[in-house]
Amino acid sequence: MPGKLKVKIVAGRHLPVMDRASDLTDAFVEVKFGNTTFKTDVYLKSLNPQWNSEWFKFEVDDEDLQDEPLQITVLDHDTYSANDAIGKVYIDIDPLLYSEAATVISGWFPIYDTIHGIRGEINVVVKVDLFNDLNRFRQSSCGVKFFCTTSIPKCYRAVIIHGFVEELVVNEDPEYQWIDRIRTPRASNEARQRLISLMSGELQRKIGLKVLEMRGNAVVGYLQCFDLEGESGLVVRAIGTACTLDKLSSPAAFLPACNSPSKDMKEIPFNEDPNPNTHSSGPSTPLKNQTYSFSPSKSYSRQSSSSDTDLSLTPKTGMGSGSAGKEGGPFKALLRQQTQSALEQRGGSPHRFCRRREFPFFTLTAFPPGFLVHVGGVVSARSVKLLDRIHNPAFVGIMGNTRSYKLLDWNSFNSDEPETRDAWWAEIRQEIKSHAKALGCHAVVGYSESTSICEEVCILSASGTAAVLNPRFLQDGTVEGCLEQRWLEENLPIGCGFCHIPYDELNMPFPAHLTYCYNCRKQKVPDVLFTTIDLPTDAAVIGKGCLIQARLCRLKKKAQAEANATAISNLLPFMEYEVHTQLMNKLKLKGMNALFGLRIQITVGENMLMGLASATGVYLAALPTPGGIQIAGKTPNDGSYEQHISHMQKKINDTIAKNKELYEINPPEISEEIIGSPIPEPRQRSRLLRSQSESSDEVTELDLSHGKKDAFVLEIDDTDAMEDVHSLLTDVPPPSGFYSCNTEIMPGINNWTSEIQMFTSVRVIRLSSLNLTNQALNKNFNDLCENLLKSLYFKLRSMIPCCLCHVNFTVSLPEDELIQVTVTAVAITFDKNQALQTTKTHVEKSLQRASTDNEELLQFPLELCSDSLPSHPFPPAKEHLESASANSGIPAAQRATSVDYSSFADRCSSWIELIKLKAQTIRRGSIKTTVTVEKASPMGEGNFRNRSAPPCANSTVGVVKMTPLSFIPGAKITKYLGIINMFFIRETTSLREEGGVSGFLHAFIAEVFAMVRAHVAALGGNAVVSYIMKQCVFMENPNKNQAQCLINVSGDAVVFVRESDLEVVPTQQPTANCQPLCTEGEVTT
Amino acid sequence: MTSELDIFVGNTTLIDEDVYRLWLDGYSVSDAVALRVRSGILEQTGATAAVLQSDTMDHYRTFHMLERLLHAPPKLLHQLIFQIPPSRQALLIERYYAFDEAFVREVLGKKLSKGTKKDLDDISPKTGITLKSCRRQFDNFKRVFKVVEEMRGSLVDNIQQHFLLSDRLARDYAAIVFFANNRFETGKKKLQYLSFGDFAFCAELMIQNWTLGAVGEAPTDPDSQMDDMDMDLDKEFLQDLKELKVLVADKDLLDLHKSLVCTALRGKLGVFSEMEANFKNLSRGLVNVAAKLTHNKDVRDLFVDLVEKFVEPCRSDHWPLNDVRLFLNQYSASVHSLDGFRHQALWDRYMGTLRGCLLRLYHD
Repeated sequence: MPGKLKVKIVAGRHLPVMDRASDLTDAFVEVKFGNTTFKTDVYLKSLNPQWNSEWFKFEVDDEDLQDEPLQITVLDHDTYSANDAIGKVYIDIDPLLYSEAATVISGWFPIYDTIHGIRGEINVVVKVDLFNDLNRFRQSSCGVKFFCTTSIPKCYRAVIIHGFVEELVVNEDPEYQWIDRIRTPRASNEARQRLISLMSGELQRKIGLKVLEMRGNAVVGYLQCFDLEGESGLVVRAIGTACTLDKLSSPAAFLPACNSPSKDMKEIPFNEDPNPNTHSSGPSTPLKNQTYSFSPSKSYSRQSSSSDTDLSLTPKTGMGSGSAGKEGGPFKALLRQQTQSALEQRGGSPHRFCRRREFPFFTLTAFPPGFLVHVGGVVSARSVKLLDRIHNPAFVGIMGNTRSYKLLDWNSFNSDEPETRDAWWAEIRQEIKSHAKALGCHAVVGYSESTSICEEVCILSASGTAAVLNPRFLQDGTVEGCLEQRWLEENLPIGCGFCHIPYDELNMPFPAHLTYCYNCRKQKVPDVLFTTIDLPTDAAVIGKGCLIQARLCRLKKKAQAEANATAISNLLPFMEYEVHTQLMNKLKLKGMNALFGLRIQITVGENMLMGLASATGVYLAALPTPGGIQIAGKTPNDGSYEQHISHMQKKINDTIAKNKELYEINPPEISEEIIGSPIPEPRQRSRLLRSQSESSDEVTELDLSHGKKDAFVLEIDDTDAMEDVHSLLTDVPPPSGFYSCNTEIMPGINNWTSEIQMFTSVRVIRLSSLNLTNQALNKNFNDLCENLLKSLYFKLRSMIPCCLCHVNFTVSLPEDELIQVTVTAVAITFDKNQALQTTKTHVEKSLQRASTDNEELLQFPLELCSDSLPSHPFPPAKEHLESASANSGIPAAQRATSVDYSSFADRCSSWIELIKLKAQTIRRGSIKTTVTVEKASPMGEGNFRNRSAPPCANSTVGVVKMTPLSFIPGAKITKYLGIINMFFIRETTSLREEGGVSGFLHAFIAEVFAMVRAHVAALGGNAVVSYIMKQCVFMENPNKNQAQCLINVSGDAVVFVRESDLEVVPTQQPTANCQPLCTEGEVTT
Repeated sequence: MTSELDIFVGNTTLIDEDVYRLWLDGYSVSDAVALRVRSGILEQTGATAAVLQSDTMDHYRTFHMLERLLHAPPKLLHQLIFQIPPSRQALLIERYYAFDEAFVREVLGKKLSKGTKKDLDDISPKTGITLKSCRRQFDNFKRVFKVVEEMRGSLVDNIQQHFLLSDRLARDYAAIVFFANNRFETGKKKLQYLSFGDFAFCAELMIQNWTLGAVGEAPTDPDSQMDDMDMDLDKEFLQDLKELKVLVADKDLLDLHKSLVCTALRGKLGVFSEMEANFKNLSRGLVNVAAKLTHNKDVRDLFVDLVEKFVEPCRSDHWPLNDVRLFLNQYSASVHSLDGFRHQALWDRYMGTLRGCLLRLYHD
């Protein structure tokens, strides 16, 4: 009997009137866990009942504790007829199962009914007594901590990062069972909510088991999603990164990370099995012979669209055979080997249940310093599947009617189905893995998976960033590892190392335009870098970043089943290609050279496909200055046309110039400033000297490069291309005082003030069905997104200066002519004056920081400005000129930092060829559709600011902050209380009365926020970080006056302490304070 | 391309004070958008009309959802659905319960019934306040009235506790409730020159001195019928006021009173002769008002009577306010020197309040 769950029902308040005659309610409560139910007494005639019940005790297995939610139902007693349900509360007791998190859940929970919404609140106390269970064969995984945060959580230190864990669970969707025809919508919704809750619990437990197998103690970057496959069922799947985390409790933990791993490793018994791996991955030599034919020489010129130029790139195999190549070569190979062996060892570790293969994937987007060595580029894969067909192929033949079979208890049969889904995902992951290899990388970071389902067609997508990792965190710490580490660190230039190409420049997997790193001058870098991760904290950046989006629609014919899947498969590569081109154009227009946090979402609808890519553009100091965009007309003889072209060209050039100013991208100036600043280290000095001597050359060269050398040529050969150019120019920059990005950290802003406002905004537009053309569709979609952003800027205007961070857009196509866009983000205010000062020296600071930092710095932009040791060299060297001239004449095209190819339906093999060809020039990525932006609340800034001083004496409701970021500006997270993962359904049959679709959804989202906050508060927390709305499925039937919506949200419940509340914490030195804080948190556990 | 659905939900509920005001003022979304456009907000922010429309709709929806909670402000504080900083909550409540001077003058002293609610259709065009806003204000009055009607204890405290209003607003509501309960006539033409503030001032004095609660003995005897202590005038006191009649009925007493007052004020009053000539009329007027208060009908006409019997005569003689003050002080005080008059305490309770009221009512 490994656990005793104790529940006490204290009181209710604001209950609805259930008895019209008396205007009162006779309420009682049913408390259910598993199959056991307790009831309170009926509290007669009150809307604020005081039950003050005894402790209800459930004696249960810890396996059940993990799977089952506690279910509390409030009912109105009725002597003569059936008792009426008022509503329910589901409480996930998982946070009580590990010692460091919450010890008690106690507080007011909204009583939720799927038809009426929130109806009053109930005060509940929940405790768990857990007995230690030493059974080795247990099925539970109590004690494994889960974090949604995609970085190592504050107040923890990563001892080992084990790697990828995934699991999925499949079941029949209760909404599609025959019984749904005879039961009430409420019963159906509740069955669904309960089922998903159960499945989530089971999934989490299974993932936990895998983590224990790997000898980890936590899952970071846990992302759980569900796929509503309709008739074919309901899939709940999750991915995450298994880690061994150490709570930072003593100063010792702050020792430079490089010394500690070996020590820490010994503390943890870690008997990695030395078995040869069962791994399918190839030899550890860098692969130049991938299965993919990336040979750039294949004729690309057939493509007529605007990206012609990049297609005409020829491989420059001979280029840049300087010292960098020699220096870098062996080093990289070594690194690769090491990393791979580390990864493979992990894969080879003994597993009781057989896993077919191990993937070197990491769902993290930010890493401990030194973890990320090189970044190759984005890798992604997509696959179109037919749900109907795939669905249990084994059954189809045998049973004839699979559905009736599945009506059986889902536990009894679900073993078979996941296999199918597992196989699909395995296939995609395999693909991703091989793409990464093609880029000379053995790991994929910032990895995520998503699906888009329409009827029976499903697009599975996965994307990530190919990378070379430092084996230190992956291996059990041996002495060599540590030495190796030192060696690595000494040799890695700070602030630019991750930009250096991991692949062999003599055998580049795709045509790329390499130059020597502008930072260290030693290694080669690509001209453009696309990634799905956050900007590394030590990256040297110039100016500010900005949100860049590519938006695209493509009509497709309505079709059934296989024809449909084929049509989609055919369209996908074109979409990917165009999305990529758009991104590249917009990036150049901004005068930037790298994208972080790239998410490409492809959504499938009945008659169209939508593509939406979001990323944060930045100017990386290590990469070359991007060239401009040149427009070439196709009919040069026509005078007016010429004029038009030159007019456009001027507009584009103006825009680029304006953007450079707006985002403060001014590399030469900065380098000059730096020259004058003190020089801390001899090593740097030498570089500095160089830059000094050559700075003037650089300036001129940059000027030159803008106009011609690197120019990106857009050929305007038809109206489509014209449209493209126009659409480039229609993106309006945010109003002054606003910045936006989709990453955690806004490059160039580091002085956040404490005001934050998280929000979700949803828009649905109906397209006029007449004359739908691709262009009209594109315009509509573009306007939709732009207007949405404009609305956000307007609404949040009182927060200026502020930045929308983690802007997360999700597109769905709920019906034929409907487009739904959901945005979640957070607005954070910052101090403008400080910002101006700091940005200039930001580069230097970040570099400095990198050299001194410790792991805690990771995702705290606040801390970025900690010290102001100046100086970073910007070495315009001779090589620069050389390489530049070597490249002249070659338009910088999309630097295919990533090569990926999507596996389309197997049957469409002919397309694969085409797709692969494209893949060379396309960075493919799949983006999760949610956009989270954090904002500070525009409302009542004043109030917010004053709040800390005089909080309203009357209010009993504590403030709970929510943010999609992993941190809270101006505050320290002292404790993680557990994961919040909630699923709600809301349905109405009186849509008009509830204010139409907008009123209905507005109220529902507000209720969801309220329920999240209530759960966090009950756990003793005051914020949710890494909050994400993973799903918001909205369906309406206005004719029937009905609507239904499903929402799935998750995040980490935390306790934070305002920095201002801590004693004299100089804000400029927050890192130093991390420790005491963490220990504080520790004390309470 | 039409927008089917367009919402924005913040973790902290966004409240735009300007839009809130427009909503409270009862403007439709399109009117509100037009007004906002006129305010120049588009130029300031570079937004488009569509953005403004969407923003306004959003706020209106939020306010609509909040309205239910605003009907019982403590619920707003304890609810979990909208996370609103306390100072914002206070602002929402305060503004929601704020009322227009023009409107309150129309309904002050009227029974807060369905009948009156029908009159709102006329009040709206007359005052230029939208019908929606009129209804909100009327419903607020009625709601507050209903809640505190049956309560014991201080009217202002009860209102503050149940509606979380500022002290100022709670006092105003106490006046409104008090007037509605006693049905004082305030709408007559000759009362039009009076502001709500004038009445509220009088109401406060009356609540403090003329109600059961004012006596201060109620709490000791919970079983006595001392409910509604602040709402109803002290019946016994009103009954007793008849005793004051002797001041004008007894000719000797009246003459003595007059001579006392005249002696004391001679040379100090700019309008001495007018005062001397009018003394008996004025005194009769004031005492008769007191004596009549036993009848509900006459209670209702209290302010009409005061204006007719005192304010207007003085005003027609152009008494300066200071002279009125000197006169009333002396007039009240002199009674203490009338040996034959036994109801000094009663007189003070009556005149103390009345003097305050009259001084407030005495203006153009």
